[in-house]
Amino acid sequence: MPEAREGLRHQGETRLTEAVFFYVFATILVGAALGVIGARNPVHSALFLVLAFFTSAVLWLLQDAEFLAIVLVLVYVGAVMVLFLFVVMMLDVNVEELRRGFTRYAPLGGLVALAVIAEIGYVVWRYHPGTQGGVPPAPQPADYSNTRALGSVLYTEYVYAFELAAAILLVAIVAAIVLTHRRREGLRYQDISAQVAVRREDRVRIVKMPTEPKS
Amino acid sequence: MIGLGHYLTLAGVLFALAVAGVFLNRRNIILLLMCIELMLLAVNFNFIAFSHELRDLGGQVFVFFILTVAAAESAIGLAILVVLFRNRRSIDVEDLDLMKG
Repeated sequence: MPEAREGLRHQGETRLTEAVFFYVFATILVGAALGVIGARNPVHSALFLVLAFFTSAVLWLLQDAEFLAIVLVLVYVGAVMVLFLFVVMMLDVNVEELRRGFTRYAPLGGLVALAVIAEIGYVVWRYHPGTQGGVPPAPQPADYSNTRALGSVLYTEYVYAFELAAAILLVAIVAAIVLTHRRREGLRYQDISAQVAVRREDRVRIVKMPTEPKS
Repeated sequence: MIGLGHYLTLAGVLFALAVAGVFLNRRNIILLLMCIELMLLAVNFNFIAFSHELRDLGGQVFVFFILTVAAAESAIGLAILVVLFRNRRSIDVEDLDLMKG
């Protein structure tokens, strides 16, 4: 069956492409994470974090999570990281002072990181069946829409959690505004209720004067 | 062949780097917030990898909610940071010992 063999070869090429993509972007992602934790300037750290989010979005695309990949770029890179950059650039921070003691905890940090990697690696590669080249999940059909599928469960099965998330965002907006808002002295504000409650007697004064004689 | 294990390992490496970042930059609150974002990203990787492997959309719904909560968290965290800097002219963690007895 030459057609089947052709299909198999095609599948193999797809797998190879996927592996190449995975390794390239995983390397970039780990490099970006190293940049985030190691950069001297917080602005550079924030930009490295942007790179990490972009690279993660590509890796999520490889995992058939198209909607979340786009959301990651739009919400995280577009809103959250811009907020981070805004705050980093607005605050006049003495970076050198904050980096004092950077190397003092480096050995401990490296040790903890190695322990975490070793533990997770051991559990994943030793105990979890199906991680060592098990049967891959069947690819989705061509007309499959990740956004539609996600929406159909989000608005039915998870609708209460969805509304709760909306409430959390509202509370976050209110909290951020209340925290950073301040009344400055010397500014002139409009007092709407005082304007509405004004009476004629407060503003108009009728003065009786004798008419002046003709000269 | 790239499977679940590769993605879980990548997420583990990412999480470990973020933990190391908390240790290294423990005086700068902005960098601590960024390291928390990295940790949440690593957790999201796990959810998405399992969602792909098990063909279950629940994992992606969870990532959606984690993204929502993380965005709210960083917005409030940065607002607190701005107020803190306005009051104390510093974002050093070691300066924040007001509640120490």
